[in-house]
Amino acid sequence: MITAANITKTFQNGDVVTHVLKGIDLTIHSGEFIAIMGKSGAGKSTLLYQLGLLDDPTTGTIVIDDTLTTDLSVGARTAFRLNELGYIFQDYALLPELTAIENVMVPLLMQGKSTNEARAIAQAALTRIRLGHRENNLPSQMSGGEQQRVSIARAVAHNPKILFADEPTANLDSESGQAVIEIFQELHRQGQTIVMVTHEKEYSTYCDRIINIVDGKIE
Amino acid sequence: MSTVKQSIKVGLFLGIRQLRRANRSTTILIISIMTFTFLNLVVVSGILVGLIVGGNIANRNQYTGDVIATTLSGNTAIDHSQNFISTVAHDPEVTKYTVRYLVGSNIEANYKTRSDFSTKANTVGGQLTGVNPTQEDEFSTISKYVVEGTFLEQGQSGYIVLGSNLLDRYSSSFGDGFDSLKNVYPGDTVKVTVKGNTREFIVKGIVKSKVGEVSLRAFISMSDFVQLAERTTLDANEIAVHHSALVTDDQMKQRLLNDGFGDSAKIQTADEAIPDFLTQIKTAFSVLGTLIGAIGIVVGSITIFIVVFINAVTRRKFIGILKGIGVSPLAIEVSYLLQSLFYGVAGSLLGTFILYGLLVPAFNAHPIDFPFSDGILVAEVPATLLRILILLIVTLIAGFIPARMIIKKNTLDSILGR
Repeated sequence: MITAANITKTFQNGDVVTHVLKGIDLTIHSGEFIAIMGKSGAGKSTLLYQLGLLDDPTTGTIVIDDTLTTDLSVGARTAFRLNELGYIFQDYALLPELTAIENVMVPLLMQGKSTNEARAIAQAALTRIRLGHRENNLPSQMSGGEQQRVSIARAVAHNPKILFADEPTANLDSESGQAVIEIFQELHRQGQTIVMVTHEKEYSTYCDRIINIVDGKIE
Repeated sequence: MSTVKQSIKVGLFLGIRQLRRANRSTTILIISIMTFTFLNLVVVSGILVGLIVGGNIANRNQYTGDVIATTLSGNTAIDHSQNFISTVAHDPEVTKYTVRYLVGSNIEANYKTRSDFSTKANTVGGQLTGVNPTQEDEFSTISKYVVEGTFLEQGQSGYIVLGSNLLDRYSSSFGDGFDSLKNVYPGDTVKVTVKGNTREFIVKGIVKSKVGEVSLRAFISMSDFVQLAERTTLDANEIAVHHSALVTDDQMKQRLLNDGFGDSAKIQTADEAIPDFLTQIKTAFSVLGTLIGAIGIVVGSITIFIVVFINAVTRRKFIGILKGIGVSPLAIEVSYLLQSLFYGVAGSLLGTFILYGLLVPAFNAHPIDFPFSDGILVAEVPATLLRILILLIVTLIAGFIPARMIIKKNTLDSILGR
């Protein structure tokens, strides 16, 4: 499903050039639950951003379901992210002025769904992660674990092909972190492709495969 | 097209919720700024123009009426005045009129107590105006402006009402270049000389108005005038007319011209009778007011720019997230435009309410006491609407630019705060 070939990412700050990714070749199959692990600064999140089309690799190609994404225009990449991908961030990344259900509705409305349709799908997604009773709460009225679950509902409500999660449990206590991983497992059982960056070994054990990044390369 | 529609829909969805759940104090502060910007835009120019318009209204009410007929250049009076007066008196659209007789005169005071004839006599040159006291007061409500004593009464003879600017104590601001009467009060006797004829009058009152043609004249009854000026005809010098609401000033003027009075009198509407320099001052003040208002607009737009910029900068991460999850830049821009529009509309509406609900009535009830006019607040609806439109456009631009600046930044950099 995802084929990345010779991905490099270089950052330049003045005269200082930093090679973060040094030629990554990677294939992720449909329905896989992948953990990307590595030490801090190894390049695991950078790799996730390239695969998730949030950033452009310096060199290399990424093909997702026969689409050469590295050739897409900015607008087409935005549309591709909207329709095909889902994201979960370490700090939940919910819009503070929107309620839980409104946060989930945003990408659905952007896809062209009617307000009622988007609301129904968002309600179903929140119920699926057992947060139906909190749909009208603002993020500030929810715990970190609840916020992250809303973030998951937002990411999966539109049935993305691939779910990208960047350290989704890093800001959570162990109980909430466990709850998030259990949701991922459930999604995985339903056939969802998941690519998760984590530095927590106990959660990586739930994954089909672990990709270890060391100094910008797959070990 | 559908993407644009969806973007607008999502933009409105986001914008409405951002406004609804924004910090109340901040919202009130921004709307207050927009309100004051709007008022600055309208009120400053409105007062400047109102200063002249207030003078024009006073001129119309106290002197020219809606249409005034004056002596043609080179003539001493309006020929066939009685025909003119008769026509005006029988015109169903004429609600009020007054007839004035004018002649240059010299007025001397304190001549009975003058002991030193080597010094200049206490005299002043002034236009002596003969009127029918009742008719003039009904027309111009001149008695309201009598600040000392009373106005002339019908049937009384030997009395004079002096314009305040003929008196030293009211005209000191004009400087020493103008003669004026010193120590003259109601009850005093003055000597009026017209073409070598002299007659004594008792000062009945002092009339003080911001209309020069009132405060620079001396008023006596028409019968006294005819005797003193030795007029052989009853031809008048000014015939001023107020008309009903059924005709305009121009129509009233045209009716008089159609009756053939244009050959014997100079017939002007109130606006035409306003001296050119006043019209030019009005235009200059209007331009000045617009310039000052424009500065207000710049300040207001910078304020909106800063507010939206700070809002966008502090929300840069969330803008990045929205872009990251696939929300189009247009949708995000629409959300910020909506917020700017809300601030602009709310400020304009509140400003309009304050303007027409409070300020205009207050200025009409209590005009500003300027030396040469009672300044009112002129806020014509079309001009106000134009200013609202300008404010909204500027506000939208001021809101759009900072939002655009932040939206154009790299999505991942925005998410990560780099």
